Amino acid sequence: MSDMNAATVTRYRDDFLKEVEANVEEGDWVKMCMQCGVCSGSCPLGPHWEHPPQELFMMIRANKREEVLSSASMWYCTSCYNCLVRCPREVPITHIMHGLAHYAERLGLAPKELPTRKFSKIFWKNLSSSGHANETSLALKLYFMNGFGEGIKKAIEMLPVGLGMLRAKRMNPFGLFAHKGCTDKKGLNAILDKAREIELAKAAKYQA
Amino acid sequence: MTDVVATNQTILVVGGGISGLTAALEAAECGKQVILVEKGPSVGGRVTQLYKYFPKLCFPTCGLEINLRRLKANRNLRVLTMAEVTAIDGEAGDYRVAVKLAPRHVNDNCTACGDCADAVEAEFDNEFDFGMGQRKGAYLPFNMAWPQRYVLDPRLIGTPDADKAKAACKADAIDLDMVEETVEMKVGAVIWATGWKPYDAGKIQPYGHGRFTNVVTNMEFERMLDPFGPTDGKIVRPSDGKAPTNIAFIQCAGSRDRNHLEHCSRICCMASLKQTTYVREQFADDVTSTIYYIDIRAIDRIDDFYRDVQADPNVKFIKSKVANITEDRDSHGLLLHGVDTEGYHRYSNPHDLVVLATGMEPSVPAGQVPGPVTGDEHGFVAADGAIFGAGCASEALDVNRAVQNATAAALRAIQVVNRVAATESRDV
Repeated sequence: MSDMNAATVTRYRDDFLKEVEANVEEGDWVKMCMQCGVCSGSCPLGPHWEHPPQELFMMIRANKREEVLSSASMWYCTSCYNCLVRCPREVPITHIMHGLAHYAERLGLAPKELPTRKFSKIFWKNLSSSGHANETSLALKLYFMNGFGEGIKKAIEMLPVGLGMLRAKRMNPFGLFAHKGCTDKKGLNAILDKAREIELAKAAKYQA
Repeated sequence: MTDVVATNQTILVVGGGISGLTAALEAAECGKQVILVEKGPSVGGRVTQLYKYFPKLCFPTCGLEINLRRLKANRNLRVLTMAEVTAIDGEAGDYRVAVKLAPRHVNDNCTACGDCADAVEAEFDNEFDFGMGQRKGAYLPFNMAWPQRYVLDPRLIGTPDADKAKAACKADAIDLDMVEETVEMKVGAVIWATGWKPYDAGKIQPYGHGRFTNVVTNMEFERMLDPFGPTDGKIVRPSDGKAPTNIAFIQCAGSRDRNHLEHCSRICCMASLKQTTYVREQFADDVTSTIYYIDIRAIDRIDDFYRDVQADPNVKFIKSKVANITEDRDSHGLLLHGVDTEGYHRYSNPHDLVVLATGMEPSVPAGQVPGPVTGDEHGFVAADGAIFGAGCASEALDVNRAVQNATAAALRAIQVVNRVAATESRDV
């Protein structure tokens, strides 16, 4: 095989498609896309994505591993499910977008400064540390996500809403300290650690 | 009581469209006894609603005329209109069939003079034009209808209009006392040719058919071209009756879609390509057509037609399934939104008339056929089951292939009745 042939073959090897199928939630469906474009056209945030879903699927099939995994695109998904209900092949696009984002994060390839990524990390830490989400602490963390000054400004801005929630007994400020969480936090974290270990081992098989 | 003589050597053809007509005529011309049952008041079916056929762009009226001549000339063929098969029991070679005959309220004295239509006042949505126009309560379904006999809409019965129609008739053809009856008959073979219906475009929510006045289906578009149709043969925007300037055709509207019809309807690509030639015929260079498609499925000899349309500078092709349509409430103009597949360009294109290339689904899904049929997952009736599916009842076909398919069904049915004939002569 000549060098040029080899290069062409490498370009079209579906290694990355196989990797996605094995590691990304609902990744099996990527090959079912028929490139009609309805998902991209239906996405309310579509104009802001660098690569809309239809293009991401084609990039996966064209073996563009780095471009896909380091892309910010799938992090824009707001789970409105417009694409999923309209897809003529019932491809679970929303799930695949989150699956791709999660996989990129697992491999440490996700862009660092994305607000959706920051939120996801804060939320996951909040939830997994005790087994139940601590809403008060989650809200505080989100206020201060972009620095101390920003956080104070945000807190003052949201003051009337917070007081309203207090009055309507929709928020308990003591919950911040008296948050119980689930009974066996250690056990929960052991399960999560094990799951992460299995996922990373599976992903490692596809690392060059 | 309507008298129908039939035996185990008779072939029953259900459906009087182009497939049913063809199957019935082919069998009758082979000397077999045939009964053709049609639910509507006239034979002809969907093709009578079309302006032109692809790829030769000839008029269906021409082919229909030939078939009607064959029908009138053949003594082996008996046609029952306004008749519906309600039960088929037994097995190949020995079926018992029940046929429900709806009252037409017009007997065969009718000379099709039209006096009854002039006399009655009530008007109803014209189903022949998909409700785009109105027709009288006493009516001929369409100009070439056969039999050439008027029909009294059942909604007229018991109203003064019915008496007016009766009084106006010089031929004593109106019979207001006609009632529904059911006849039973023995037949040897059954050909099921109930054809297709356009997929209900209203179900494709993002395209707004039924909500946006200027979104029409391809069959409604065909009706606009009929010189005797709802728009006198003019292509117009339904909102203001004016000529459009910029027409969009959306392919796979309801076909190849797991939310709608899973199958490819096969004819819609060609139908839209054909309809762009109507636009050119009527407006020359003044109106542009844009076809939005996933892929154009113009197969074998039809590829030449596709190339001709591609060469037309007024026809543009955009490789994209349109995501949704929005309407400007004042102008009734439409915006088509989507992303194309050749470069991932996002578009919001303005058009003033949108034609949805809706697909075909079986008129009577296999599960609703009152007899022993084999159906597939899309509701089409197998061509080689106990009852023989033919034409668009058996798969999505164009007219040309429907005729071939129906001829094959006629041969299958002839084989059955020949077998019966052989057995019966041995018995004697």
